[in-house]
Amino acid sequence: MSVNLTLLIVMGALYACGIYLILERSLTRVLLGLMLLANATNLLILATGGYAGLAPLFAKDTPAQDYNDPLPQALILTSIVISFAVTAFMLGIIYRTWVLARQDDIQDDIEDLRVAETPSFDAEDDAEVPAETSEFPLTMLGSDGRNVSNHGASVVGAGQEMDQPVATLVAGGREMPAEHAAAEEKPGSLNVDPHHVGPSPEGGGK
Amino acid sequence: MNIASFAPLAVVLPILGAALTFLLIRHSRAQRAVSIALLSLTLALECLLLASAWNGGTAAVTIGGWLPPFGIVMVVDQFSSLMLVVSSAVSLAVLVYATGQGMADGDEDAPVSIFHPTYLILVAGVSNAFLSGDLFNLYVGFEILLTASYVLMTLGGTGPRIRAGVTYVVVSVVSSVLFLIAIAMVYGATGTVNMADLAIKLGDLDQGTRTLLHVMLLVAFGIKAAVFPLSFWLPDSYPTAPAPVTAVFAGLLTKVGVYAMVRTETLLFPGDTLNTPLMVVALLTMVVGILGALAQSDIKRLLSFTLVSHIGYMVFGLAMSSAVGLAAAVFYVAHHITIQTSLFMVTGLVERRGGSSSVDRLGGLAKLSPVLGLLFFIPGMNLAGIPPFSGFLGKVGLLQAGVQLGTPLAYALVIGGVVTSLLTLLAIARVWNRAFWRRPTDAEHPDPVLLATPAGRVSGPGAKVNNTVTLLPRTMVGSTAGLVVLGLALTVFAGPLFSLSDRAARDMLDRTPYIQSVLGDGASVPGTTAVGGSR
Repeated sequence: MSVNLTLLIVMGALYACGIYLILERSLTRVLLGLMLLANATNLLILATGGYAGLAPLFAKDTPAQDYNDPLPQALILTSIVISFAVTAFMLGIIYRTWVLARQDDIQDDIEDLRVAETPSFDAEDDAEVPAETSEFPLTMLGSDGRNVSNHGASVVGAGQEMDQPVATLVAGGREMPAEHAAAEEKPGSLNVDPHHVGPSPEGGGK
Repeated sequence: MNIASFAPLAVVLPILGAALTFLLIRHSRAQRAVSIALLSLTLALECLLLASAWNGGTAAVTIGGWLPPFGIVMVVDQFSSLMLVVSSAVSLAVLVYATGQGMADGDEDAPVSIFHPTYLILVAGVSNAFLSGDLFNLYVGFEILLTASYVLMTLGGTGPRIRAGVTYVVVSVVSSVLFLIAIAMVYGATGTVNMADLAIKLGDLDQGTRTLLHVMLLVAFGIKAAVFPLSFWLPDSYPTAPAPVTAVFAGLLTKVGVYAMVRTETLLFPGDTLNTPLMVVALLTMVVGILGALAQSDIKRLLSFTLVSHIGYMVFGLAMSSAVGLAAAVFYVAHHITIQTSLFMVTGLVERRGGSSSVDRLGGLAKLSPVLGLLFFIPGMNLAGIPPFSGFLGKVGLLQAGVQLGTPLAYALVIGGVVTSLLTLLAIARVWNRAFWRRPTDAEHPDPVLLATPAGRVSGPGAKVNNTVTLLPRTMVGSTAGLVVLGLALTVFAGPLFSLSDRAARDMLDRTPYIQSVLGDGASVPGTTAVGGSR
């Protein structure tokens, strides 16, 4: 099977541009990228049919190997129709995004971000159980003789904060409530380093 | 005349239904009647197909009188007919559920009347993909179902759905382009796209070309099946769609990808060359997926992650490439379609009853609606693989296959499978504890609706909060219950079903029934003794 070099080069250029474009955040560019990818693939299918021959209309005297292979062209027709439908649908979506958000960008997933920002500390699962087991949970003495309230927030970071006389901590020159300080020490919190914004362990792709 | 020659009707009937419902777009009652009737008819036909294939009758239907390998063929064997029956049963249940939701909300002439035609086209695409004996027709089947799914995913065009829809559409289109490139390369290398013909001709290629084609196809199907490194899109896009749509997507779409992977592995590339990477991928899919599920507080997102995780089990069975492993994988696919869909349907009900699908806001649902609690509990335990249920039986089959293979990696998979099962139990138990068992007042962000409901109120199915909206319409609860019962039936009839999967697996590994049914009895099957004998 011999291959047309020009077609191959065009195909490569289309793939390169297409892949570059679908990596953009702008939806219109992504759409253009997808169209280029689809067309590059059509050229690839065309290339698999070998070089040009006679039109595949049956004539008695023509030997079989003189015809062009018609199957790739049938495949290309199908794939053109499909990519046409998808392009039309994408245009509809892009227009809708514009109507809703007045921008042409891919939006972030709010729930995904929320999960990503949740500290790995979970009050229900991870907090030391201070007084919940008691039948009379209003107020009681802690292990060090001080009053321990039953309300979750103030005992959230039990550990070393228990030694602090008040519920605020001085950390890094800032004053913050104890429960925030507890969250700060956990990986996955946005507070870990205000200058470092990166994917957090639980977040998955943003 | 053989019943199998009616197989194309499994595709034609839903498309006919789509055309009719599109004509009836202004008459929602007629639309409902037509789509439910045609889907029931399709299901009945597919049950007959399954019955005819039950004892090993593989049959091929040539379309339009073009003889294979030139024309398109549809192949009915045990695996494809089992998938057809399960998928149609599930889509019928979801259709009833969706019409129940539509009737309850009184959207008689809402723009979602486009739902019925699109839904039926989705079903037609799924059936086409399952039946196809031709690589390019498989691509067309994928495109039919994907294009329908784009519309369903963005139904109503709200902000979150458009956002999720963009991710979904772009990822799907890229995977389709990869699939098409693979088809072009396969055609360039062999000069055919008929799968039975390919099974013979691919064996003659040199090893490098074979591996390239194999990897291309697996990557394309891997994106559709949401196998681990390629699964990132799924939990982002599924949860925002309407509840019935998410339910049917979760049940069917990824499984079509798994089905295509099984066909690629068994029919086209029966060597063992990529089993080790597949095992690694299966392990990672199971473990990473379930760890993702544990981090979620939204039930739909959590279920989407368990969906990804349990795809790993199917790839696990496939990667064993033994009859035991493949049989367990076939059984697991049938089980998982049913269970995952019913869980998403229950979540839709939870969202209606509790006003949210976030476990931070829910509480006390078991007391509020014991029916709902039961409907969640049974498939939940089934998913986690608690002993009497079909999930347990499928997992035992997989573990058996892993131990039988006996390599260190297979043992790692066995351990990973057990750990994933336990972590699934943990994830489900967390949802159960928070949404169903605790008092509504204990929720992190209590829902005013749940708090306002007086304790002694009547709250079974059909309970009304006000006069306009039924919270739990009978049709929705009924269809969910029907699917849960089907899941239980898979447990009760696990014996016959497992022997069916076993025969399906043996036939697929043997390849002779498939190839000879397509190309005629005279077709020589390469490596039959090596493939059939050693396994």
